[in-house]
Amino acid sequence: MTDGQLTGRTLTLRIFRGLPEGEQSYATYAVPEVVGMVVLDAVHFVQRNLDTDLACRWNCKAAKCGSCGAEVNGRPALMCKTRVDTLSDGPITVQPMRSFPLIKDLVTDVSRNYEINRQIPQFTAAPDDGSPWRIDQMDIDRLYEFRRCIECFLCQDVCHVNRSHALAPQFFGPRFFVRVAGLEMHPKDILDRRELVREEGGLGLCNITKCCTEVCPEHIHITDNAIIPLKERVADEHWDPLRRLARRLRGGPGTRGGEAAPAGALGGPGDGGEGGGGAGAA
Amino acid sequence: MIERECDVLVVGAGGAGMRAAIAAAEAGCSTVVVTKSLLGKAHTVMAEGGIAAGIGNVDSVDSWEVHFADTMLGGHVINNWRMVELYAHEVIDRVYELERWGGLFDRTPDGRIMQRAFGAHSWRRLAHVGDRTGLELIRTCQDRLVHTAGAEVLMECTLVRLLLSGDAVGGAIGYDRNSGELVLIRAAAVVMASGGWGRMYRHTSNSWEGTGDGAAMAYEAGAELQDMEFVQFHPTGMVWPPGARGILVTEGVRGEGGILRNSEGERFMERYDPVKKDLSSRDVVARSIYKEVQAGRGSPHGGAFLDIATRLPAAEIHRKLPSMYEQFHSLAGVDITREPMEVYPTIHYTMGGLRVDAETAATTVPGLYAAGECAAGLHGANRLGGNSLGDILVFGRRAGEAAAEHARSRPSKPAPSGAQLRELEALIVEPLAGGGDTVDNPYTLHRDLQEAMQDDAGIGRSEESLTRALGAIGELRERAARVRVAGGRVLNPGWHACWDARFMLTISEAIVRSALERRESRGSQWRFDFPDEEDHWSRINLVAVRRGGEMRVEERPVPLMPDEAVRRLQQSRFFPTAVIPAHYARVIGGEAASPEAHA
Ligand SMILES: Cc1cc2nc3c(=O)[nH]c(=O)nc-3n(C[C@H](O)[C@H](O)[C@H](O)COP(=O)(O)OP(=O)(O)OC[C@H]3O[C@@H](n4cnc5c(N)ncnc54)[C@H](O)[C@@H]3O)c2cc1C
Ligand code: SF4
Ligand code: SF4
Ligand code: FES
Repeated sequence: MTDGQLTGRTLTLRIFRGLPEGEQSYATYAVPEVVGMVVLDAVHFVQRNLDTDLACRWNCKAAKCGSCGAEVNGRPALMCKTRVDTLSDGPITVQPMRSFPLIKDLVTDVSRNYEINRQIPQFTAAPDDGSPWRIDQMDIDRLYEFRRCIECFLCQDVCHVNRSHALAPQFFGPRFFVRVAGLEMHPKDILDRRELVREEGGLGLCNITKCCTEVCPEHIHITDNAIIPLKERVADEHWDPLRRLARRLRGGPGTRGGEAAPAGALGGPGDGGEGGGGAGAA
Repeated sequence: MIERECDVLVVGAGGAGMRAAIAAAEAGCSTVVVTKSLLGKAHTVMAEGGIAAGIGNVDSVDSWEVHFADTMLGGHVINNWRMVELYAHEVIDRVYELERWGGLFDRTPDGRIMQRAFGAHSWRRLAHVGDRTGLELIRTCQDRLVHTAGAEVLMECTLVRLLLSGDAVGGAIGYDRNSGELVLIRAAAVVMASGGWGRMYRHTSNSWEGTGDGAAMAYEAGAELQDMEFVQFHPTGMVWPPGARGILVTEGVRGEGGILRNSEGERFMERYDPVKKDLSSRDVVARSIYKEVQAGRGSPHGGAFLDIATRLPAAEIHRKLPSMYEQFHSLAGVDITREPMEVYPTIHYTMGGLRVDAETAATTVPGLYAAGECAAGLHGANRLGGNSLGDILVFGRRAGEAAAEHARSRPSKPAPSGAQLRELEALIVEPLAGGGDTVDNPYTLHRDLQEAMQDDAGIGRSEESLTRALGAIGELRERAARVRVAGGRVLNPGWHACWDARFMLTISEAIVRSALERRESRGSQWRFDFPDEEDHWSRINLVAVRRGGEMRVEERPVPLMPDEAVRRLQQSRFFPTAVIPAHYARVIGGEAASPEAHA
């Protein structure tokens, strides 16, 4: 680091240290501030120069992988995206996400999220819906918002349903409502996950506080665009058993939620396949 | 100790590892996938621009043949041509497969998969979704994988040694990063899908995982490391602020019309490559930026300006390059819809890696397969953008299938003896044991390696600088053997960093030794002392192998293209400006004119 890159300011970092059993405390470190520094840079400075066994989780350092979630001054955030010059003066407190069991220091056990994901049936297209498909860009734009999720689990961390541990086991949480919404709204998916998300997923426990949306680093409108439409679809399913039965009997694509088949979903097998398919190698 | 016994062990859960695991499990094999980080966080997640496939949805003249030609020419014809052929064919199916698994792609107005322009591709070819194609790929494969019966994922485990029985691979051993327990996996076949290495350089777009573990482990087990001298500098990494230096600025910016300028406002790529201009191949653009900065025409922080603001309306920038907008906005305080970005080459990708058979992805060690960035051959001396996301799907699948086949025919998984295990455990926890150097630390060591590699084995090299780098690596190796860290086995990053350093030293040595040996400039290898591309070297791939405990660099003949494939090269739009070695030029000349006229 050359002098020109230092701001001259010294930051005070209070970092949570400890194991699940045993001593837990905040250690205080003095870190020279560099221009444009993010919290993860400061934590790395500590790790490299002051305490080589300080544990933190990170990968990309570019806000793309969702590994480095923590609570910075009490607010769930990506450490690699939080510039220290945007924080209020005074010590910077860094602690692990509190809705997940602690492993060590800033690292928590997020495996529960992976278990929830396994409960959600994967994307499934009709077997006879031959590709290449035609899909409208409008559908892609709508789904892309949900697919931007980097699984940082900050929304899972902040949600009060998860924080009150009594309810958490029957609750998928905002990240997975986003996931289900992305599947349910895909024009080519033929499964119906509404009952699952209501019964196993505890969608009804969400009372639309929007805390999840506020912390999402990908600016996904979790509540407005995923949860509320899902709730509407679930209510529709739940309160209209006749339509539900009719849909079950008919089966197949384009039959969910009384929705018209999206305009782009009309292409069938043999459509627009020029140059596609790739014949066997010469 | 965490123990597993399975048919196929896959090292790595990037695109290559996940695609391999899906293939192996679908073939009926019990499959264990091991990854150093959480599932879905591998390097693949960062890929931005897209997947190259000659579908021809946007430019209907495109085809797998043109894609083949572009990839061979981009690689300066030392690629394994058969890999390129398989790749260009099959990547089209892999893209459609991803879509059938729920992956999203942007669409053309008539609803087909949209394709964007990228450097040195003749036509608009990259299937993409916004500038987050890697995230889409990884999430789609991840969901497929966790719902595939017979596949298990072990997250946050680092493997450090392959187990050998006789000359064949029989699994691997390592440690659980969180608990510090030993991890022992016995397997009939192993697929190495451990990704590339950029972390031994100071400025890189790679995550911490890019330390070359898998390639180093396989080298130690006797495998050959090919084309190690070829390390790709992506022309456009962030320059400022210091903490963001090296973070990638996707080539998609130029694909969508962005242009490079120097401090005098000149669009300098018109001078260096009048045909392809800003969308020239990465080696050429990276060197051009380097030369502009050396000539004193750099931006305030020593880079070039990349301008999209005057080329696209703000709304289009938001739509097509949303994460670039976000990245500059949040990290640099720059609004790319109004101001130019500052960029400079950053270490990005490794063309070299394990030498493999084109059809089966088998390495030279029985039972060991390799796919993705840790394998060599597809990209030759320089990779074209978009060819890696395709690579990992095509060869991930092939490796998984071949490993499954091997496991079926040779199912034995011999267990290591108690004595062997104790020895391996002692080795693994060595950095935690007393009796070494506790003043030095693995991070300082890492930094010193970065200095040596960046300065002396970087974008331009010479015999003198490379010799210096080799000396530094030797000294660092001694330090690495002595270094000891504080703390215990539970999630101790200092300990993990010691292992990262060991792997990086092995890989760095292979890079430097191979770069020294190749006395020419080709693709990403730029030798100040041998500035020309030489015909003689177009027939040679270099491999680093272990002989009696020492690293040796040996020559292997480049597999020669059959005439039919040579002729196909002419289908590239860039054929007229390409350097074609005499033995191939003769073939083409024979068709078009007399051989002498082309010699
Ligand atoms: C910022 C960025 C943008 C890119 N954009 C594009 C693009 O637009 N188009 C394109 O084609 N390519 C792009 N690339 C390149 C491409 O993303 C990578 O080459 C590709 O994803 C590599 O995939 P992989 O599966 O081989 O390895 P990786 O995704 O790197 O995965 C490696 C896996 O191996 C595991 N591993 C490593 N060592 C060990 C060990 N010791 N023990 C256990 N597990 C281990 C890791 O944990 C990880 O899971 C980009 C790369 C970067 C960095
Ligand atoms: S809106 Fe619902 S899911 Fe989001 S934080 Fe509030 S309760 Fe949780
Ligand atoms: S929805 Fe947003 S906050 Fe939640 S995991 Fe995904 S990216 Fe993170
Ligand atoms: S390290 Fe990847 S999001 Fe922060």
